[in-house]
Amino acid sequence: MRVPTHNKALTHNEVPPYNDGPTHNEAPTRKHPPPAQGARALRWRIAASLAVAAGLALGGAALSDAVVSRDAIAQLMKQSFGERGEARLDRLDQSDLQRICSDYTGRELPRELREGLEKAALDAVKYPSDGRYLGDFKAGERIAQSGVGMQFSDAPGTVAGGNCYACHQISKEELAYGNIGPSLYQYGKLRGNSEPILRYTWARIYNAHAFGACNSMPRFGAAGILTEQQMRDVMALLLDPQSPVNR
Amino acid sequence: MKTRETTMMQRIERAARGTAARLALGAAVGAFALNAGLAQPRDNTEAEIEKYRQMLQDGNPAELVALKGEGLWARKQGPKGASLEACDLGLGPGVVKGANAQLPRYFADANAVMDLESRLVHCMVTLQGLDRDKVTARPYSGAGQSATDMEALVAFVVEESRGMRIAVPQGHRMEREAFARGEKIFYYRGGPYDFSCASCHAVDNQRIRLQGLPNLTKDEAAQKAFATWPAYRVSQGALRTMQWRIYDCFRQQRFPELKYLSPASVDLITFLGVRANGGTMDNPAIKR
Repeated sequence: MRVPTHNKALTHNEVPPYNDGPTHNEAPTRKHPPPAQGARALRWRIAASLAVAAGLALGGAALSDAVVSRDAIAQLMKQSFGERGEARLDRLDQSDLQRICSDYTGRELPRELREGLEKAALDAVKYPSDGRYLGDFKAGERIAQSGVGMQFSDAPGTVAGGNCYACHQISKEELAYGNIGPSLYQYGKLRGNSEPILRYTWARIYNAHAFGACNSMPRFGAAGILTEQQMRDVMALLLDPQSPVNR
Repeated sequence: MKTRETTMMQRIERAARGTAARLALGAAVGAFALNAGLAQPRDNTEAEIEKYRQMLQDGNPAELVALKGEGLWARKQGPKGASLEACDLGLGPGVVKGANAQLPRYFADANAVMDLESRLVHCMVTLQGLDRDKVTARPYSGAGQSATDMEALVAFVVEESRGMRIAVPQGHRMEREAFARGEKIFYYRGGPYDFSCASCHAVDNQRIRLQGLPNLTKDEAAQKAFATWPAYRVSQGALRTMQWRIYDCFRQQRFPELKYLSPASVDLITFLGVRANGGTMDNPAIKR
């Protein structure tokens, strides 16, 4: 019996999987993209790049001889899941960002597309309404530890945590940390807490795609995972000189 | 009969020994974790966890679940008063040996690609006359509860492919289509956290907290993952099936609730299985 292994189907994963953009060490000096192009031009460029992406996806699908349309997958997903708690079926509707990032997982985004997504993300960041960036680092630690929220198994109304330790080293005391994201130990000690650092860090937590489109980090502000006050508390965990992260 | 009883006693004893060892070791690891806060503990912690995983291998309670499943397989049940012994898992009616190493696959009698659990339900409905909705209403046991019938049957069938080479077929058009859809689903980012399967399973050496994440786009890791699910999860005191594995991943992805035996689940399992071809089945495994 013929049992193909489909190795070819995955060759695109051999390049580095995520375009993680600049590290947070360099980001504060990063220049914002020129403001000139309007939203319409941006949409057009994204649309054009999507067409290219679709072409690439089709090329990829030739590896297995079955071609799968985007609509077919969308329909299949809707059919395969049920609503429970706060997890409604509309979570399966992909945004442009999700669609593009799905298509380019494991491959480098074309520069135009990447810059368009990053600019759109940065432009939509909502900074704290009262100009206060730092809350309570102890509350921030609890948020960083908590992985509850937004799962279908969570009671509706559960306040979501940030689950930061799932992917990052933060304080030295917590040993059970993941490594999908960079270490944030001594984050503030290394950077200080000047206004540009505060704004950059806030934006990075709010929507990390602003500094590297299609990276893995959830959009904690833009997707409404954390409240403004929770974001202040996490900010304090990273940036307050008294926080265990910086001592 | 005599030999079967002997084997059964041996299995039970082995599983019981394993449980005792686990309890002792769990305490040791717990004590270590408490002390670990002081110095350079990262590598030590991982080494201790690895030691814990190693010791788990001595005696797997999944064997007891498989024994229950073996009994269920042979028991006459349902309106038709039939056992499952005529069930065709892909290698012919009644052939259990090696069947799971070649699933999911296309079944002409259902004109569909089916994973193991879909096929077991299909046999319960067609051979035994059981009600599909009832059979699938509660497929997974709660933590610490005794295994459901489905979990027991899965453990039995899976055990019968231990040591066999994984060879999930792609000869039929519908099998290739299932693979292609499964691949798309693997990369499908969605939900409030923008996660896909690939968010955690497409890079080498990644961890969530201390849990290592297999890079399922690499042959060796894909083979190991597919070869060791279903598994007995010590932390949950339960035998967990492949459908459950996928279900619980999507829960953590913040997707809605995956329906049991849904098309997406079968496609994804097909994708993972074909990616694992050439590996050697070693399930039901035992995991932390």
